[in-house]
Amino acid sequence: MRILRSALAMSSVLVLGLTACSTSTSTETTEPMATETSMAAETSEPMETMAAGDVPMGDGSQTIYLVSKGFQHRFWQAVKQGAEQAGEDYNYQVEFVGPENEQAVTQQLDMLRTALQSGPAAIGFAALDSGAAGPVLEQIQAAGIPIIAFDSGVDSDIPLTTVSTDNRAAAAEAAKQMVDLIGGEGTVGLVCHDQTSATGKQRCEGFQEYMAENAPDVNVLDPQYAGEVGLAANTAKALIQANADIVGIYGSNEASAIGALQGTVESGKDLVVVGFDSGKAQLDAIRSGDEAGAITQSPVKMGYETVVAAIRAINGEELPPVIDSGFAWYDAGNIDDPEIAENLYE
Amino acid sequence: MSTDAATKQAPAEQSRAMQILKSSIQQVFVFAALIVVFVFFMIFAPNFDPAVMIPSILLQAAALGTMALGATFVIATGGIDLSVGTGMTFAAVMAGVFMSGSYMNLPLGLGLVLTLLVGAAMGLVNGLLIAYLRIPPFIATLAMMMVTRGLSLIISNASSIKIENPDYSAIANGRILPFLSNAALIFVVLGIVAAVILGKTLLGRYALAIGSNEEATRLSGINVKAWKALVYVTAGIFTGFGAILYSGRFGFVQPAEGLGMELQVIAAVVIGGTSLSGGRANILGSMMGALLMMTLSVGLQMMGVAQQWQLVVTGVVVLLAVYADILRRQRASAV
Repeated sequence: MRILRSALAMSSVLVLGLTACSTSTSTETTEPMATETSMAAETSEPMETMAAGDVPMGDGSQTIYLVSKGFQHRFWQAVKQGAEQAGEDYNYQVEFVGPENEQAVTQQLDMLRTALQSGPAAIGFAALDSGAAGPVLEQIQAAGIPIIAFDSGVDSDIPLTTVSTDNRAAAAEAAKQMVDLIGGEGTVGLVCHDQTSATGKQRCEGFQEYMAENAPDVNVLDPQYAGEVGLAANTAKALIQANADIVGIYGSNEASAIGALQGTVESGKDLVVVGFDSGKAQLDAIRSGDEAGAITQSPVKMGYETVVAAIRAINGEELPPVIDSGFAWYDAGNIDDPEIAENLYE
Repeated sequence: MSTDAATKQAPAEQSRAMQILKSSIQQVFVFAALIVVFVFFMIFAPNFDPAVMIPSILLQAAALGTMALGATFVIATGGIDLSVGTGMTFAAVMAGVFMSGSYMNLPLGLGLVLTLLVGAAMGLVNGLLIAYLRIPPFIATLAMMMVTRGLSLIISNASSIKIENPDYSAIANGRILPFLSNAALIFVVLGIVAAVILGKTLLGRYALAIGSNEEATRLSGINVKAWKALVYVTAGIFTGFGAILYSGRFGFVQPAEGLGMELQVIAAVVIGGTSLSGGRANILGSMMGALLMMTLSVGLQMMGVAQQWQLVVTGVVVLLAVYADILRRQRASAV
């Protein structure tokens, strides 16, 4: 009796837990959020794309399924916004999902499998791990569903194209700005947000490569990895404490940059902090001058271009191997310029 | 052995003395380990200056350590709390909802009280599930871990919340004492409070009694269910404090953080000498366990050890601590 009762209780709790898990993602996907609709209203005109005029319209029945890297960062909300905008403009339904965090590689693969099983017209995929998705991608290819990679590249020739920020070039731009800001010499630390995704690697390596080639007097420390604010702050503090001659820190995404900034503040040093992406805390820090500036990608454009590329693929059009969605450096001086501001999010 | 004489006269007295001796031996062990690790880093990590590093590590360990205080009570009953990491994030998200300008913008005092109540409420649900519905703690708190994680993402709309109130940030970053951040001070004060609760109150005694022998405790007329539930509520309140210290430090809450922190908390408690099978707990040990974990992480990083290896080292430390615990228990049962 007692065993039965506890078994029953256990299974009910497990079910409860599982539903809680799935609701957390499905709410993300099904309900358009208030902020997004208001922002979407601003950009009601179809966006300027590679060849804007000739994108074939859909009949509203076909679904384009995008598997993103999750919603840990506001960035993905902006990608989603752009993707949904394109869906609206060209009459396609857009499903947008993502795992709980950017380390959840297997959970993301499950989502990709679910995407395949739902039989969409096309799939977009932002791989957390550039090598892990091979088998699922083959199944998708076998099912005849076109697949578009976005944000991160995939180590596979199955995706018809990759819509992404040139992260290597963007990180090199961050390095170039850093060199200018520190006057061309000194020790610089790197807080990189992860070491498995292609984005994470490129944002680290692009910075290092630029420094190695163009800044002989800058001593670049070995990169440290921290994708959460707390960890990044502790990491930055350790870097600063261990290297008394440090003059600048680079954080390769929102959390890493804010953490680096917090670590700098707690250390009581006045360093040049260069970041990536946006977020309210980072925007405030750039406005106030605590953070020198950051690189922003164009997430709205990325989402939009991904869906447009998917539509072209559905209609059998040829696609270039890479579609660049762009990036820009911003600081206190140009943060409110319209072409910058539309890509910044709080 | 000075206790030999006492052995023949008063066995009960002797076993109590032995117990105290043994628990303090573990404290001495952890403290010694902390000192050894610290001195090691002073020698081998560049610029590991104690005057800078001690306050810094205290600040960084404050949130983790505070959560470990609460978890000590749970583990003392022989239970476990897996919801402490994501629960902390959930309480922090609610702190953001209560106090951020873009949400409810409540005054600081009210916001803090409500945040602690959120912690208490999570603990209460855990406690009721475990004590009254007899769901095993592992399962009940696992479910709570998933629920709080989901709720954090839903409520925050999956984006970070900034708490602008400068007084909120001062709770962690300000300095009432010139040499110590408030977060560290609050951590130490809460540690003293927790030690008093564990050592001097019915809650602490019953938690340990439940952990040693739940059935016997029940038979001696103690309302085991109610006290057990109260233990989880206590842990929840400490989680709420942890949330305030963590989010106060950054003035910024990321709803997807906290996963995995429950394991660090459990590791800190276990390193501190609290037995996972219940019945023995050590508040000071948990505090030092948290400090040891943070010192390892900071020091290894300053030495330039890759993060993958930092995890390996931490894992080995946890294993050593648990093995020491097993050895001690074997020796205790041999006596």
